[in-house]
Amino acid sequence: MRSYLSDRMGAALLMAPLLLFLVVAYAWPFLGVVKWSFTLPTPGLGQYEALLTDDLVQSVFIRTLRIAAVVTVVSVAAAYAITVVWVRGTPAQRLIAEFCILVPFWISVLTRAFGWVALLSNRGLINTWLQAIGFTSEPLALVRNEFGVIVGMTHFLIPFAVFPLASAMRSLDDRVLLAARGLGSSRMRTFWTVFVPMTRSGIIGAAMIVFVFSLGFFVTPAILGGGRSVMIAELIYLRIFQSPDWGLGAAISVVLVLFVGALMALLFRYVRPKQLI
Amino acid sequence: MQQPGRAAEIKAIGIGKSFGSFRALDNLSLDIGRGEFLTLLGPSGSGKTTFLMILAGFVQPTEGKLFSDGVDITDRPAEQRAAGMVFQGYALFPHMSVEANIAFPLKVRKKSAADIKRRVGEMIERVGLKGHEKKLPAQLSGGQQQRVALARALVFEPGVLLLDEPFSALDKGLRGQMQAEMKRLHQETGTTFVFVTHDQSEALALSSRVAIFNHGKLLQVGAPDEVYDRPDNRFVAEFLGEINMLPLKGVRPSGNGSTGLCEDRTISMGCKAELVRGDAILAIRPEYMSISGEAADGENGIAATATNSTYLGAATRLDLTTRQGAKVTVSVPNEVAAAALSKGNSVWLTWPAEKGFLLPRGGQ
Repeated sequence: MRSYLSDRMGAALLMAPLLLFLVVAYAWPFLGVVKWSFTLPTPGLGQYEALLTDDLVQSVFIRTLRIAAVVTVVSVAAAYAITVVWVRGTPAQRLIAEFCILVPFWISVLTRAFGWVALLSNRGLINTWLQAIGFTSEPLALVRNEFGVIVGMTHFLIPFAVFPLASAMRSLDDRVLLAARGLGSSRMRTFWTVFVPMTRSGIIGAAMIVFVFSLGFFVTPAILGGGRSVMIAELIYLRIFQSPDWGLGAAISVVLVLFVGALMALLFRYVRPKQLI
Repeated sequence: MQQPGRAAEIKAIGIGKSFGSFRALDNLSLDIGRGEFLTLLGPSGSGKTTFLMILAGFVQPTEGKLFSDGVDITDRPAEQRAAGMVFQGYALFPHMSVEANIAFPLKVRKKSAADIKRRVGEMIERVGLKGHEKKLPAQLSGGQQQRVALARALVFEPGVLLLDEPFSALDKGLRGQMQAEMKRLHQETGTTFVFVTHDQSEALALSSRVAIFNHGKLLQVGAPDEVYDRPDNRFVAEFLGEINMLPLKGVRPSGNGSTGLCEDRTISMGCKAELVRGDAILAIRPEYMSISGEAADGENGIAATATNSTYLGAATRLDLTTRQGAKVTVSVPNEVAAAALSKGNSVWLTWPAEKGFLLPRGGQ
């Protein structure tokens, strides 16, 4: 009790630099962006009106949501499998899983995107092999389209889905699984009716993180989409740096931030922040 | 482990289990009778829980064979043995309602919906959980969760119910209530119960037989009064309750029992001096000893001085020291204790011959 107050003050002091940084580097400039969205090129709600009517903007929004949804499902499913091995495997399996989870963090997003281009392009490794074994005569279109974007983004996001899942799986009481088997349930049935439902908070957390990250992806879709599969972040970039239309770019940014904020609020209704690490 | 509704008979032969270099269980052979209530008793690390896990099929023994109703089940996986099991901490499914928890083993067995509904309803009634069907385990009290765990383990009418320290998380009052309830469930279902505990009073109160474990070995099995009154060795004698030990010399058979010298007095015992000869230890439970002014001729008794007393309400616990320095504790009526203390020295401790038993000196 003695140190309750001073602990709180200590915590506040320790967090102050981060808070200050967030205010100066994010909140303040973002207020400027909000202002642009209402004032450029002319004051009013014109940019938000354009958002609702512009076919291009809308198709990009829909594509972004679609890609984010597919990436979320694939990443969480793949991460689930890896995490089961990581948390519940033999020591050797755990080591391999841990390696697979951590190595991607050491390689820059740019390098990985170009790596996928090298693998997936028309004269890339995969198409060369497929043609060599006679699976196909023409190269398959694996990149510079949505497929390539989804592959690259999924690869990038799997490790982020692993941590909330691992946290949920670690907190699960082994005896409950033993109980299920003792009551006559096969391993398979125990997995689907007990293990998976009991890790529900981890699945929700992983899905939300991956989905929110996907919405703001820039480098990976820009490289692997080859300009044909533009997502929101790239659209904002184009509006601000190429066709100077700052007002529209700003309005899209504001909508994106509000949407992500709403998702995060929803997430924290179901999952405590601690469960995401 | 066999067709539902029929109590199982289990035979363990030479069961051993090693975890690396640690010997958790050593050469254990034990018959568990149909419908009996057997308690596995011992301190933590004694192997009792390992044996329970082997019975359940969660742990594979390193050596030995396990038979259920004459069928070798040593290599049968847990889900095919399907012994009912109640875990320490209950291990309820947190995402399922009370009803769904209890229905789980029946669903796994692909019973019809009507059958499941009927049997779950009966079980809920039987364990007194009516009105709580739709609640989640987290919304229940400890005692209620315990009942769900019992109901879930009994609803598919297993041949044997295994219980791993089920009451360790409950407070004392609730414990007594749940113990009575479990005894009733045992009588009603007629199923074989195997119960693990480290609480000796719980073991003596509930079981038809008690098996005492220490350091991975099964030391003794018998009815509660048998192991309490005639322990085979010092560990069992001490683990089951307080015990006074007096050194004896010159132990030899005499008539139907035996005799020996304790501090220069001849003591007779009801038990035979078959295994123990010469020097030995005489062990007597405190409640069988009484205090008197003088020991009659031929009565078992030694002189002692009262040193300390503890008032217990209904009785007083009296610590005494014999002339040769052995410590003895007795539980006596309050006024007897007061008299013994006021007298200062030299009271007589007496006991009936058949209540003393012999343990080998030294070792176990």
